[in-house]
Amino acid sequence: MSWDLRDLYQETILDHQKHPRGKGALENATHTATGYNPLCGDKVTIQLAVNDGKIDEIRFDGEGCAICMSSASMMTVSLQGQPVSDAEELFQRIQKFLTANDESAAMEDIDTLGDLAALGGVRRLPVRIKCANLPWHTFKSAIQGEQSAKTE
Amino acid sequence: MIQELPKISTSLFPKSDFPNLLTAVNGQALAYLDSAASAQKPHAATEATTAFVEHQYANVHRGVHTLSQLATDAYELVRDQVKVVLNAADRNEIIFTKGCTESINLVAQSFARPLLQPGDEILLTELEHHSNIVPWQLAAEASGAKVIAARIHDNGELDLEDFKAKLNSRTKIVAFTHISNALGTILPAKEMTEMAHAFGATVLIDGAQSGPHAAIDVQEIGADFYVLSIHKMYGPTGVGVLYGKLNLLEAMPPYQGGGSMIRSVSFEETTFAELPAKFEAGTPNIAGVVGLGATLDYIAGPNWNRDSWVRRVTEIGNYEAVVREYGVSQLAEIEGLSVYGDAEEMAGIISFTLKTVHPHDLGTILDQHGVAVRAGHHCCQPLMKRLGVPATARASIAAYNDLEDMDRLASAVIAAKEIFA
Repeated sequence: MSWDLRDLYQETILDHQKHPRGKGALENATHTATGYNPLCGDKVTIQLAVNDGKIDEIRFDGEGCAICMSSASMMTVSLQGQPVSDAEELFQRIQKFLTANDESAAMEDIDTLGDLAALGGVRRLPVRIKCANLPWHTFKSAIQGEQSAKTE
Repeated sequence: MIQELPKISTSLFPKSDFPNLLTAVNGQALAYLDSAASAQKPHAATEATTAFVEHQYANVHRGVHTLSQLATDAYELVRDQVKVVLNAADRNEIIFTKGCTESINLVAQSFARPLLQPGDEILLTELEHHSNIVPWQLAAEASGAKVIAARIHDNGELDLEDFKAKLNSRTKIVAFTHISNALGTILPAKEMTEMAHAFGATVLIDGAQSGPHAAIDVQEIGADFYVLSIHKMYGPTGVGVLYGKLNLLEAMPPYQGGGSMIRSVSFEETTFAELPAKFEAGTPNIAGVVGLGATLDYIAGPNWNRDSWVRRVTEIGNYEAVVREYGVSQLAEIEGLSVYGDAEEMAGIISFTLKTVHPHDLGTILDQHGVAVRAGHHCCQPLMKRLGVPATARASIAAYNDLEDMDRLASAVIAAKEIFA
């Protein structure tokens, strides 16, 4: 395996892909959105149960590549039980981490991201950034009360 | 599995004729297996195009000056060449467009839309590329007609019984691909055209994938319209061909208005030019068309004619089938790998999935091994739905690919499988 692939498909990613956390439907959801990447067909649904400004429950469901599915899985772990304001702040940090042009700006918060830092491998593969970002944009749409999200 | 295959030591087109194939990708020699998306260009053709632009170029069909005449001659010569490639009856049946997609839209808007009545039907197949679906939907929406699709069998072959059953007196247009871009299935174009004509329908055949891989004879098939994508035929982007039967093209209103397509213009009335100018409004892709001519010369060699063209593309098709067969035999050894498309007649496309690896991940991993494939829905979302997969990986074979490319594909797939083991 070349250096790039090891960087992209880190153990954390493969682990979340094989053993997804927070996967399935949420019966008492207050917010639901489905995100779709028309380019590759990745599709992810995010469901939230939000009470008193806190994410009590979060689930994802869908079909997609390893990057997209593991990003969704890691997201559920990170956002479960979090105040909505913290979740939105993490969304912003993830955006900077995945998409900032300036490498040092992107890496500024890496120590605060935990497992999510494993998504950083996509930075070198622009077409795959959308895969990692789709669950996050779908979360953002859900929390804003929109029903669909696209990465384009 | 032991396959009896002819020994192929070098590819039919030497890789060294295609500079881009010698590019290192991710530190590896390139195994380019995405020619169904767009084929690489032979140096001989790009060189000839540059020479034209630098020494003969001017606008066509306009000036009385020498360069304009030279450019017009070069441009019109290619129309004669394409007539031979398709075995059209008349050079005026060959229209240059900006691509296969535009060719289909031209027919949908200028032929189908005025013809269609509410309740009429346009029959397609489940194999179609979006570009042979959406233009018909636009024409149908505007006229109250309906778009329906003939089913395929699980092996990717068209269900001819279903196709036949869906033809009726309301069927006005039948449009289908000659070779499926997603699976490689070759459709029985002549038989289907005859069946459609029996109900009085007009037939358009999408030749985007057949152009560089099969001998095409529009008269023998009986096609009313036949469209080509030149960039998939090793030629430049931005050039397409529309073949249409003379009487149909003559009766059709223009698709776009502008220069070249008129006989006389006043603010009260405009009369249109004769074919083919009527459908070539504005300055065409002159260098692109001349580049197409040079590409055809590369493919078939100097002083080619209909016979030698047919011989050459038949040889290309046969060669690619051998490479495909070898590739499929190598991939079949990999546990958990499924190849989609196992019809009797297959062109050089291998569409596959791997149980444990999503096609998108496969695409990235193969790329890191220098193997370029397409991963996705191949602009065939209805077909993917029919096959029950969100996407596939597709390796497409051209005359510059060889058995080593297939070995590289198989070993990169194995490497991908190991990552996800």
